[in-house]
Amino acid sequence: MLKTFAIASALALTMGGIAEAQTPRKGGTIRLTAPYGSSFANLDIHTSNRAQDEIYAKAIHRTLYNWDSAANKPVLELATGVTASPDGLVYTFKLRDDAIFHHGRKMTADDIIWTFNRLMDGTKAYPGARYVRIIKGAVDVEKGQAKTISGLKKIDDTTLEITLTSKVDPGFYFHAAMTSIYPADEAVKESFNSKPIGLGPYKFLEYVPGSRLVGERWEKFYKPGKPYADKVSISIMGEAAARDVAFRNKEIDTSILGPAQYVAYQGDPALSKGLLEVAEVYTRNMGMNQNFKPFADKRVRQAINHAIDSDLIIKRLVKGKAYRATGWLPLSSPAYDKNLKPYAYDPEKAKKLLAEAGYADGFEFEWTATSNESWGIPIVEAVIPMLEKVGIKVKIKPVEGTVLSEVVSKGEYQAYIWSNTSGPDPLEALKCFHSATPQSACNYTAFKNANLDKVLDEAAASEGEKRIELLKKANAIVQEEAPVWFFNYNKAVMAYQPWLKGLQPNATELAIQYPEELWVEESSPAAK
Amino acid sequence: MLSFIVRRLLQTIPIILAVALLIFVMFSVIPGTFASSMGDDGRGMLDAQVMERMNKEFGLADPVYVRFGKYIAQLAQLDLGMSFRTRQPVSSVLADRMWPTLQLSFAAMMFSIVIGVPLGFIAALRPGSIIDTVSMVGAVSGLSVPKFWLGLLMMYFFALQLGWLPSFGYGDGGLRYLTLPAVALGVAPLALLARTTRAAVLEIMNADFVRTARSKGMSEWRVVQWHLARNALVIVLTTIGLQFGTVIGQAVVIEKLFAWPGLGSLLVDSVTLRDIPVVQGAILLIVMFFLLVNTLVDVLCAIIDPRIKYT
Repeated sequence: MLKTFAIASALALTMGGIAEAQTPRKGGTIRLTAPYGSSFANLDIHTSNRAQDEIYAKAIHRTLYNWDSAANKPVLELATGVTASPDGLVYTFKLRDDAIFHHGRKMTADDIIWTFNRLMDGTKAYPGARYVRIIKGAVDVEKGQAKTISGLKKIDDTTLEITLTSKVDPGFYFHAAMTSIYPADEAVKESFNSKPIGLGPYKFLEYVPGSRLVGERWEKFYKPGKPYADKVSISIMGEAAARDVAFRNKEIDTSILGPAQYVAYQGDPALSKGLLEVAEVYTRNMGMNQNFKPFADKRVRQAINHAIDSDLIIKRLVKGKAYRATGWLPLSSPAYDKNLKPYAYDPEKAKKLLAEAGYADGFEFEWTATSNESWGIPIVEAVIPMLEKVGIKVKIKPVEGTVLSEVVSKGEYQAYIWSNTSGPDPLEALKCFHSATPQSACNYTAFKNANLDKVLDEAAASEGEKRIELLKKANAIVQEEAPVWFFNYNKAVMAYQPWLKGLQPNATELAIQYPEELWVEESSPAAK
Repeated sequence: MLSFIVRRLLQTIPIILAVALLIFVMFSVIPGTFASSMGDDGRGMLDAQVMERMNKEFGLADPVYVRFGKYIAQLAQLDLGMSFRTRQPVSSVLADRMWPTLQLSFAAMMFSIVIGVPLGFIAALRPGSIIDTVSMVGAVSGLSVPKFWLGLLMMYFFALQLGWLPSFGYGDGGLRYLTLPAVALGVAPLALLARTTRAAVLEIMNADFVRTARSKGMSEWRVVQWHLARNALVIVLTTIGLQFGTVIGQAVVIEKLFAWPGLGSLLVDSVTLRDIPVVQGAILLIVMFFLLVNTLVDVLCAIIDPRIKYT
C-alpha cells in the first residue's frame, strides 16, 4: 500500500514538476528526436499508426481533440465547444473559425467530413479507420455501400454534428494523429505526400528522408502567441548510444532513455536534473493462450503470477525503469485502482495451485519473445529458473517484432511476452478481454469470461463515476482471472536539456509532444 | 576492348536475375507482413478488415506464383513497384537515399585508398622495419575492431571531447558531417588494402623480371615505378573493387549509428517493416553497383595488364 502510494505520489510530483512559471521565450529552434527507427513511414500521417510518425505529425497537423497531459484526458482542439444529446450518441461541435491551413484557407466542417470519409475508403487501408468506425454509417462507406458517412452532418461551416454508434467519449477516438484533419482541396494532390499541409503550429519546411524533418513557425496558428520557437527540427535517431553522445554533446534537446542509460543519467549530478518520468499506458505482460490446455485453467495462470518475482526482475534487469503491474490498467489510467494488490511472489502457493489444477509435476510450454531488453528474451531468461522451481519448463521461441504481432494475433503461440497499450481509454483497454473481441483485434489470449463481459457492457452503457467504478471492478476480475502475467507498467524516461521548457508528461507516449508548448531559453545552442 | 566490356556486362545479367529470384523467394517464405509490422510497437494491431485490405492493396493476398509473375513483369519494364510504407514508387524512395550512400562509400574508399595503398607499399619496400611492423599491427587492429564500437569511440572523442565535429546527422551533407562516418567505415578497407598491397609488392619484388631489371642496372625508382607498381596495381585494383561492394553493405551499421540517411538504414527499416518492394529494390541496386564497380575494375585491369582481356 505504502509502495503504491509512493509510486502514485512520485508520478504526481513528476507531472506537477513540469509546470513552469517562467515567461516563455520566443525564437530559436527546438531539437526533438524520433527514437523509434531510422525513418518516418512517409508524410501522409493517415497511412501510419506508429508513434515514430506521430512525433512529427503533432507539429504539422491537428486533430479534433488533443491529449491534455496535465489533466490526463482528451480535450477539444479544433472545436471551441461541444454538446452531447441526452442518449450520448449525437455530438454537435462548434468548430474553430480561426483554424487556418498552412496554404492560407480556413478550416470548415467540410474538411473534417472529407478527412473522415477518406479514412473509411474501402479500397485503401488507412489505420485510422478503426477510430472513424465509431461514427454511424462509416462501415457502409468502408463496404462501398454508401459514398459518404451518414453520421456526419454539416450544419454550417463551423458547426458539425457527429452521430456515434455507441456511447463513447469521442475524445479518445479523435486525438490520434492518424485522424489528423487535412485540407480537402489540397490533400487530393500528389504533391501533398511530399509537402504536407496541416493546421499544426509548424509549417512543413524540409524533410531529408532518414535524417530529419524541419518545420517553421506557422504565424496564423490559432493559439495566440504560439508556437514560441521559430523552428522545430526532429532528428530521426533510432540508435540509443548515438542519441546519448548527441545529447551529452548538446546537439539535441531531448532523448528517450533505455534502462542502462537511465541508470547512467540518474548517477550523473547534471544529467539527473533533466529527467522526465511518466507511467505510460503500456502494460508489459506474458500472454497465456487459453487454447493451450494448461493455460485454460485459471489456477495455472495464477500460479505463474505467484511463481515469478517481478519486483526482483524490475530492480535488477529493468533497472527500476518500470512500475510493478497490479492489474491490467496502468497507474496513469483514470480507472487505476490503487487498492489493488499485485500477486505476491510465493512459489509455495504456486506449487499448490499447480497441484490443484492437476499439474503437480509441472508442464512445458513454448514462450515466444523478441530480443527487447525490457520485455523480451532477457526477461524470459530471468523468469525461466523461477518457473523451473515450481516445475514449469520453458522453451524460448525467439522472433522479431513483426513476427510476434503476427503469431499473437493469429493465436499461433502458447505464451508470448509483449508491451501492450492499456490506455488511455480504460474501457477500450479492458474490452480487449471481452469475449466479443476477436483475437486478431486485441483479445490476444482468447479470453472469455461471462462475468467480465457483463461488467464491461454495463460500463459501456454508463458514464462518469459509475463507469469508472465498473471499470475498476472489471480490472479486478481480469487480475483475478490472470489471462496474463502482470509484469510492469512502462516508466518512460525522457532526458531533456536545461534550456528546454514546456515538456508535457504525455502518458500515451512520452516522445509525442505538442511542440507549440515548448520553448528554449537563451542558453540553448540553437537559441537564435 | 569493347567486346570485352560487352562480354563482362552481359555476364552480369544472369547474376542480377539470380539475385532477384533469391530475394523474392527469401521474402516470400519469411513470416510477417507489412500489415503485421504495424502492430509491433504494442500500440494495437490494425483491425482485421484494414489488414485484409492492406494485403489486398499490396498484392500480398495473391498466390506466390502470381506475385512472382508480376514481379518479373515489372522488373522487365524496369519498374521496381510501389513502397508499402511510403506509397511512392520504389525508384524514387531509393533515389532519395542513394546519394548519401554513394557519398559515404566514396569518401570511405578514398580515405582507405589514399592512406592504405601507400602504407602497404612503404611497408613492403622496408620489410621488417618499424614502419612495416607498426602499419601491419594497425592493419590487423583495423580489421578486427567492430565498426559500431569504433564509430562510438570516434563520436566520443571527436564530437564530445574535442568538439571538432558533429556527432550525428546529415546536416548539409558536407565534409563536417561526412568525416566521422566515412572514417569509421573506411578503417577496415584501409587495413585490408594496406595488407594486400604489402603482400602483392613483396611477391613481385621477388619475381624474376624485377631481379633482371635490377641486374640490368635500372635505378630503384624506375624498378618501383615500371615493374612493381604496375604489376601490384592489378591486385590492388581488384581488392578495391571488391571492397567497394563490401563497404556499401557494411554502411548499414554506420548509417544507423550516425543517423546517416543512406540505403543501408533504409534497408534495415524496410526489412523490419516488411516493405518488400523496397528491400528487393535496395538489394538489387547494391548488387548492380557492386557488379558495375567490379566490371570497371576488370576493364582497368585489362588496360594495365593486356594479358587479362584474352583470358
